[in-house]
Amino acid sequence: MEWLQQLVNGISLGSIYALIALGYTMVYGIIKLINFAHGDVFMIGAFIGFFAISRWGFGFFPALFLAMVVCAIIGVFIERIAYKRLRNATRIAALITAIGVSLLIEYTTIFFRGAQPEAYPDVISNKSFHFLGAQISMQSIMILSVSIALMIILQFVVHKTKIGKAMRAVSYDVEAARLMGINVDNTISVTFAIGSALAGAAGVIFGVYYTKIDPLMGIIPGVKAFVAAVLGGIGIIPGAMAGGMVLGVVETVVSALGFSLWRDAAAFVILILILIFRPSGIFGKNTREKV
Amino acid sequence: MKKSKVFWIYVAIALVFYAVVQFLISSEQLDMYYSNLFITIAINIILAVSLHLVIGITGQFSIGHAGFLAVGAYVSAIFTTNLGWPFPVGLLIGAIVAALAGLIVGIPTLRLKGDYLAIATLGFAEIIRIIFLNIDYVGGAAGMQVNYMTTWTYAFFAVLITIIVISNFTNSRHGRACIAVREDEIAADAMGINTTYYKVLAFAIGSFFAGLAGGLFSHNFFIIQPSQFGFLKSFDILIYVVLGGLGSLSGSIIAAIFLTVISLYLQDFPETRMIIYSLVLIIVMLYRPSGLMGTKEITDIFKFGNKSKGGNVNE
Repeated sequence: MEWLQQLVNGISLGSIYALIALGYTMVYGIIKLINFAHGDVFMIGAFIGFFAISRWGFGFFPALFLAMVVCAIIGVFIERIAYKRLRNATRIAALITAIGVSLLIEYTTIFFRGAQPEAYPDVISNKSFHFLGAQISMQSIMILSVSIALMIILQFVVHKTKIGKAMRAVSYDVEAARLMGINVDNTISVTFAIGSALAGAAGVIFGVYYTKIDPLMGIIPGVKAFVAAVLGGIGIIPGAMAGGMVLGVVETVVSALGFSLWRDAAAFVILILILIFRPSGIFGKNTREKV
Repeated sequence: MKKSKVFWIYVAIALVFYAVVQFLISSEQLDMYYSNLFITIAINIILAVSLHLVIGITGQFSIGHAGFLAVGAYVSAIFTTNLGWPFPVGLLIGAIVAALAGLIVGIPTLRLKGDYLAIATLGFAEIIRIIFLNIDYVGGAAGMQVNYMTTWTYAFFAVLITIIVISNFTNSRHGRACIAVREDEIAADAMGINTTYYKVLAFAIGSFFAGLAGGLFSHNFFIIQPSQFGFLKSFDILIYVVLGGLGSLSGSIIAAIFLTVISLYLQDFPETRMIIYSLVLIIVMLYRPSGLMGTKEITDIFKFGNKSKGGNVNE
C-alpha cells in the first residue's frame, strides 16, 4: 500500500500549501496584488511558534493561536505601510514593492538571529496508526484536522458574516462597494489579517511536521502556494484548497518516483502549463479583458 | 547627420575611458581587486541594459533574468573549458543559446500579462536552474570548474556592443513599436503593430545579452554553481533597472555601477546590504513609482551642440 502512504504524505504537505494559498488568493482577489511577502509572514509564524513552544513553554494550540494573532497584526501592518499608498499605482510598482517587503523581512530576520536553521521541538507525540498497510502518523492527522478546521472557519467567515459579505463585495467591484457604504480600507485590512493568520498557522504546522525552520524557508513554499492559488483559480477559496492539495500530491509522487531533485521544478511546470492552457485555473471562469 | 556625430563622440569618449583603464591595469596601477571590480561592473551593466530592454522599453515584466544568465554561463563554459574552443566563440555560442532559450520561454509565456508573466518567468528561471542542478556533466550542485578568461578588454567591448545595439534598437522603428506595446498593448495592436512579434523579439534580444553577460560571469570565476543563479540574482538585476528608472537606459547603467560599488563595500555584511537594498526599493517605489530617472536619459540633461535651439522637437 505504498501509494496510500504517498497519498497521505501528499495531502499533509498539500494542506500546508493550501493554508498559505488561501492568503494569496484572498489578497489577490481583493486588490490584485501578488503579495510576495506572504511567504515571509509564513516564516515569521514558524519562528513565533518555535519561540512559544521551546522558550516560553507553550503547548501546540496556544502556540498556534499566538502565531496566528501576531501574523495577523504583521499582515495589517505591512498592508498599511507598504501597499496602501500603491492602490492606484501601476501593477509593476506594487509587485516590486512586494518583492522589497519580502527581502526586507527575510534579511531583517537574518540580521537579528543569523541564518542558521533551528530544530523544532516535538510537541505532538510520534505515535502512528496502521491503516490498510500505510503508516499514518499522529502529526499527519493533526495537520490535516487543523487545516480543515481553519478552512471551514474561513468559509463560514466569508459566506455567513457581514465582513465576509463586504470582502466579497470589494473583490467584485471596489468602487461600487464604496458607493454602497462599505469601508474598503478596513475590509482590505481584515483580508490581510485573515490571510496572514492562516499563513502563520501554516508556519507552525510546517515547523512541527518538517522539524527544521530557517529565515529563508518562506520563499519556496510561498511561490508554490501562489502556484496552488493559480492552479485552483485565483481569487476562489475552494480553488486554493484544491490547488494546494493537488500540488502536494504531485510533488510527493514526483519524489516517490525517484526524482526528488526535480520536485521543485514540477510545481513550476504545472504553473506554466496551467497559465498557457487554462489561465483562469481549474475552478475559474474565463473573463474577457475590457478595453 | 547630427545624431551620428553625437554617437561617434560618445564612442570616442568610451574608447578613451577603455584605454585609460587598460593602461592602468597593464601598468599595474590598478591591482586585481580593482580590475575585478571593473569587470563586475561591466557584467552588471550588460545585465541591467538587457533587462531594461524587456521591462523598461517593452513593458514586459520578466523577473527571471538569472535563468538566461545561467544558460550563457554554463553553455560558454562547456565550450571553452570542456571542449577547448576559443573564448570569443564560446561567448557567442553562450549568447546564442541563451537567445534560443529566450525564444522558447518567450513564445508561450508572453501571451500572459503583468503579474502572471512575472511569476511564469520566475518559474522558468527556476526550472533552468534545476535542470543545471541535475545534469552531472556540469557538476550538479557541486559546481563546474571554469578557466579564468574574462579580461577588461572583453568585458568593455561586450558592454559597448550591448549599449550600442540596444540603444540603436530602441531608437529604431522596432524600438518605437516596443514602446507602443509598453504604453498600451491593446491600442498598439489596434494600430497594426504585431505585439507578439515585438514582445518575443525584445525578449530574445534581452536573453542574448544576458547570455553574453553569463559567459563573462562564468569566466570571471574559477567555479560556477547553480545556486548563484537563483531568485536573488534575478531580483538584483531587477533592482538595477527599477532603481535607475523604468525606461531609462542611462538610468539602469548608473544604478548598476552605483549598486555594484556599494555591494562591494558591503560585501562583509550581506544582511545589511540586502536590508538597505530592500528599503531603497520600497521607498523608491512608494515615492517615485517610475524609478529615480523615470524615462529620462542622462543625455537629456547634458546635451551636445544644440542647446541654442531649445529642444529637439523639430529635428
